[in-house]
Amino acid sequence: MPLSWALLVSLALAVAGYIIGRSRAFASAGTDIRKLHSRPGYHGASVALTTLTPAIVVLMLASVLRMAKVFPPEATGFAGLLALAASVAGLGWGVTRINTDFRARNVVEKIVQGFLIFCSSIAILTTAGIVLSLIFETGHFFQKYSWTEFFFGLNWTPRFQGNSSLGILPLLWGTLYISFIALLVAVPIGMFAAIYMSEYASKRVRGIAKPAIEILAGIPTIVYGLFALITVGPMLRDYFAQPLGLGSSGSSVLTAGLVMGIMLIPFVSSLSDDIINAVPQSMRDGALGLGSTPSETIKQVVLPAALPGVVGAVLLAASRAIGETMIVVLGAGAAARLGLNPFEAMTTITVKIVSQLTGDNDFAAPETLVAFALGLTLFVITLGLNVVALYIVRKYREQYE
Amino acid sequence: MYDINRAESAVTQQDIKISASKVQVYYGDKHAIKDVDVEILDKTVTAFIGPSGCGKSTFLRCINRMNDTIPIARIEGKILLDGEDVYDRRVDPVQLRAKVGMVFQKPNPFPKSIYDNVAYGPRIHGLSRNKAELDEIVEKSLRGAALWNEVKDRLHEPGTGLSGGQQQRLCIARAVATAPEVLLMDEPCSALDPIATSQVEELIDQLRENFSVVIVTHSMQQAARVSQKTAFFHLGNLVEYGNTDDIFTNPQDSRTESYISGRIG
Ligand SMILES: Nc1ncnc2c1ncn2[C@@H]1O[C@H](COP(=O)(O)OP(=O)(O)OP(=O)(O)O)[C@@H](O)[C@H]1O
Ligand SMILES: [Mg+2]
Repeated sequence: MPLSWALLVSLALAVAGYIIGRSRAFASAGTDIRKLHSRPGYHGASVALTTLTPAIVVLMLASVLRMAKVFPPEATGFAGLLALAASVAGLGWGVTRINTDFRARNVVEKIVQGFLIFCSSIAILTTAGIVLSLIFETGHFFQKYSWTEFFFGLNWTPRFQGNSSLGILPLLWGTLYISFIALLVAVPIGMFAAIYMSEYASKRVRGIAKPAIEILAGIPTIVYGLFALITVGPMLRDYFAQPLGLGSSGSSVLTAGLVMGIMLIPFVSSLSDDIINAVPQSMRDGALGLGSTPSETIKQVVLPAALPGVVGAVLLAASRAIGETMIVVLGAGAAARLGLNPFEAMTTITVKIVSQLTGDNDFAAPETLVAFALGLTLFVITLGLNVVALYIVRKYREQYE
Repeated sequence: MYDINRAESAVTQQDIKISASKVQVYYGDKHAIKDVDVEILDKTVTAFIGPSGCGKSTFLRCINRMNDTIPIARIEGKILLDGEDVYDRRVDPVQLRAKVGMVFQKPNPFPKSIYDNVAYGPRIHGLSRNKAELDEIVEKSLRGAALWNEVKDRLHEPGTGLSGGQQQRLCIARAVATAPEVLLMDEPCSALDPIATSQVEELIDQLRENFSVVIVTHSMQQAARVSQKTAFFHLGNLVEYGNTDDIFTNPQDSRTESYISGRIG
């Protein structure tokens, strides 16, 4: 019997269990319904859940075991039958438990709570799994390549014949340089936009502008990348880099930084706008009531009150910038370089992860495995930023609660 | 009109500081203040009493144009401060509010230190020439608001960390530090214990020597203790306005009488 059939049948059994449980509860209460500890609906639900839960547990175990190839596909029929049996047993047990003193509500609440815990642990467990596999592969890499050369090497020249230099510093530098320029663009513009929208804009302007800005946040980054490639890059080259004698490359740190900054503006502004709006009106009233001008009120009361939250928003933006790939590929190129000239092509960790993993992969060569070490480094950096950001945002929330 | 004013001021020996005539306030369609005429005297404490929701706060907020910050509020009529219409287009609400200070119904300290909270007004208005002067203003205001002894050792801790009643007194100190000509106080003692209340009442009495004070209160005793003039509001109307003694001993309107004797409200 296929597993989906077993699931359907046990669902039907659960529905039946609900009806039986409810009527049994009514019957055991007799004329005075208040003698029941829990309302009849809870009794029904408790029977339904004790019917369904064992079946689902069996079915999940079976699919996991089959995926892990512990037992052969032929055994699925057996698993289905087992699930059905568990479900019938659960139904019988659930029905016998019903009497006036049975705490059906507490049972139902426990099971629902367990389900909620299960769902939230999925997110955590998958993250842990991803990190573990990264760590595992990174371990392989460091067996083949010295970690001091990886973390402190100044050159990035992978060669697939072997004997490559895989220093992370040029990539890290490119990542930080581009992100820095992006934040330099996004933070002031986003902040000023947020201040205008939350403090000065009329209701009508706000009603139009806020959704419009949020739509910008939904544009896929590859579109921004195209914009960088065909518009911003050539423009910077023709009007700034070449006249100033600073280079002749169409892709540059500045191109990627600018375009990434534009991408982040809506992100920064809508987060900051929410945070500024969360500053209570009574605080503005207090400042205005003392005779401060609207701009003094914003500078001296609203912004300081919102600052921790805004800092959190900026850090979140920074971790997005660090993880961005497409804009860098199309805007900044793929040349790993340690340099200060913003009109030169550079590249970032994310881009190199992609390039090391595309094409023919030999998962024993350090040139491929380095991608995992790069990924882990990136993960640690963004995780650190996010933790700091969340900590700050939480601190800020406490102030008003 | 003019004659009545003269007669009034002759009785109390005071000039008219604020004169409101035919004031209407609408929140959207809701008519919250109806046809209020009142004359508030200089160097006098005026109490606004009345049942909850009758429009005391609303009228108070008209005087320093704080209702400008509520988009749906609409004000009609005239409010003159020293003979000048505060709703005239040439009047800058910022300057008006520096002259007409306000203590709000809910304490709203800034997320700054206690010191910076009190120093806020003096700083933006440039009331002190140096740190020593500012320190002096801060201490004097905190003493006046009966808060100094509790906070003198923690002036640089955040004002939001104080208890509700302490925050209320901090807001009083903050308003007093700006040295306004008129001080509007919306239930300034609602969260205070009897000792702090009587200290704040003492402060109000001192302020009266130089300023005009308007206080909203739900305590008849407090109104009787601190004020010289009392206005009774009911459902957006100013029902009765007169000397505090007369209102409490010999109210003219039956609604006033029922309210002060505890039968409505
Ligand atoms: N921001 C607002 N928007 C809409 N209606 C309001 C607003 N503020 C006050 N009102 C309404 O105006 C009326 C008067 O309110 P107001 O706050 O002036 O009462 P109050 O006399 O100060 O009452 P309390 O003694 O409870 O503080 C009330 O009916 C209230 O519902
Ligand atoms: Mg009020």
